[in-house]
Amino acid sequence: MKYVDEFRDPELAKTLLAEIERLLPQIEATKHRPLQLMEFCGGHTHTIFRYGIEQLLPKTIELVHGPGCPVCVLPMGRVDDCVALAERPEVIFTTFGDAMRVPGSKKSLLQAKADGADVRMVYSPLDALDLAKKNPNREVIFFALGFETTMPSTALTVLQAAEDGVQNFSLFCNHITTVPTIKAILDSPSMQLDGFVAPGHVSMVVGEEPFHFVAARYKKPIVITGFEPLDILQSIWLLIKQIAEGRCEVENQYARVVTADGNTPGLKAIAKVFELRDYFEWRGLGSIDHSGVKMKEAYAQFDAEKKFSMPNLTIADPKSCQCGEVLKGAIKPWECKVFASACTPETPMGALMVSSEGACAAYYNFGNLPQIMALKLEQEKLESEKIS
Amino acid sequence: MCLGIPGQVVEIVDAAKKLAKVEVSGVRRQVSLACIVSDEHPIEACIGDWVLVHVGFAMSRINEEEAKKTLELLMELGEAQKELESMQSSHDINLVGNS
Repeated sequence: MKYVDEFRDPELAKTLLAEIERLLPQIEATKHRPLQLMEFCGGHTHTIFRYGIEQLLPKTIELVHGPGCPVCVLPMGRVDDCVALAERPEVIFTTFGDAMRVPGSKKSLLQAKADGADVRMVYSPLDALDLAKKNPNREVIFFALGFETTMPSTALTVLQAAEDGVQNFSLFCNHITTVPTIKAILDSPSMQLDGFVAPGHVSMVVGEEPFHFVAARYKKPIVITGFEPLDILQSIWLLIKQIAEGRCEVENQYARVVTADGNTPGLKAIAKVFELRDYFEWRGLGSIDHSGVKMKEAYAQFDAEKKFSMPNLTIADPKSCQCGEVLKGAIKPWECKVFASACTPETPMGALMVSSEGACAAYYNFGNLPQIMALKLEQEKLESEKIS
Repeated sequence: MCLGIPGQVVEIVDAAKKLAKVEVSGVRRQVSLACIVSDEHPIEACIGDWVLVHVGFAMSRINEEEAKKTLELLMELGEAQKELESMQSSHDINLVGNS
């Protein structure tokens, strides 16, 4: 567990915590249940665990870890498609490093590489485009992954490829969208959230406007938030303040990076290259309407899904792996049967253990593991007693 | 992927393609400025700007003090080292040394 002294400004952190404590009794609901605030973004989840923010907060606030880790929500079938593409002899398959270890039904990209497929980690989609220019006899595919934060980069890379007349470059587009996903969470009957910590860098691209429906239609407060521990603490205070005062608004705590209108050149590039899919399949959450984008017909020649055939199968997660329940907030990571036994960051079974932004890896790396394991044992004992 | 890293624009490489060299913690690499240039702030005016870089694209201009604080925090989290490693391991980098 971390302590408040590790914050950049411990005094400010203490003041914020005191203010939160002072406001909570004014909120009627806290007399019956804890307030549930969801941080959507995996980057926030990581900071929350790294700095032990949950332990600093009063018990009447519960943080629900949202599905905002693109690697974690990637369905197994999509990883299989990547492997199938990578194993084609003419293909150089390029990807961000985060995606290398995500398990497919048979293998991960890392295993495919060990078996001889030409899989290369790149830092930027522009590096993949360069690779295509330098290898005119090979087909270079870039695995386009991420929310709106990374969409401008892949859209601009495709526009550059078109301008330069590059024939052997394509995207395997798996970008996902934030707003339809937040809407699906709000529509889910099992979720009783009281407020949202909204993703800072998605907002940097899309601006404030797309989040207004959360406050206007669903009457939930939402605060756009930066990634430092103090940013998160300040946003939690802003959310609690809104709830205590009976307000529901979009507030921007991360104004040093996020403007109201977002990033105009980035949004223009996205609109030019991508369009919404009718639906997209998420690991654990199932199909969500409009939650992904595909490439527009005008850029079909850069679309790996049109250029190559792939299995495109829906593969169920292994039965023992409960990433889906964790993603939905139905169970805590340590309540999963394989947590820290069959599934660890070194040998992940589920995607939530692969990425450092995944809730399971965060619990494993920064949670109080001995205490968690004691709880887990106790629960298993209770269950076996129930059965016998 | 979603955190990004702050750096300073040090040299314009290709004004038409909006490419520049950005220095992050002593490491220089080519970055696209396409998302931060505008009529009011053309590419020539970007030299010296502190920017938040995501996967090879400057996505936001930030002030210098903010940039340095963020970099310090990312170092503490171990995220900056990961990002720098990945910047350097990518096949086409413009490395001038780890000062």
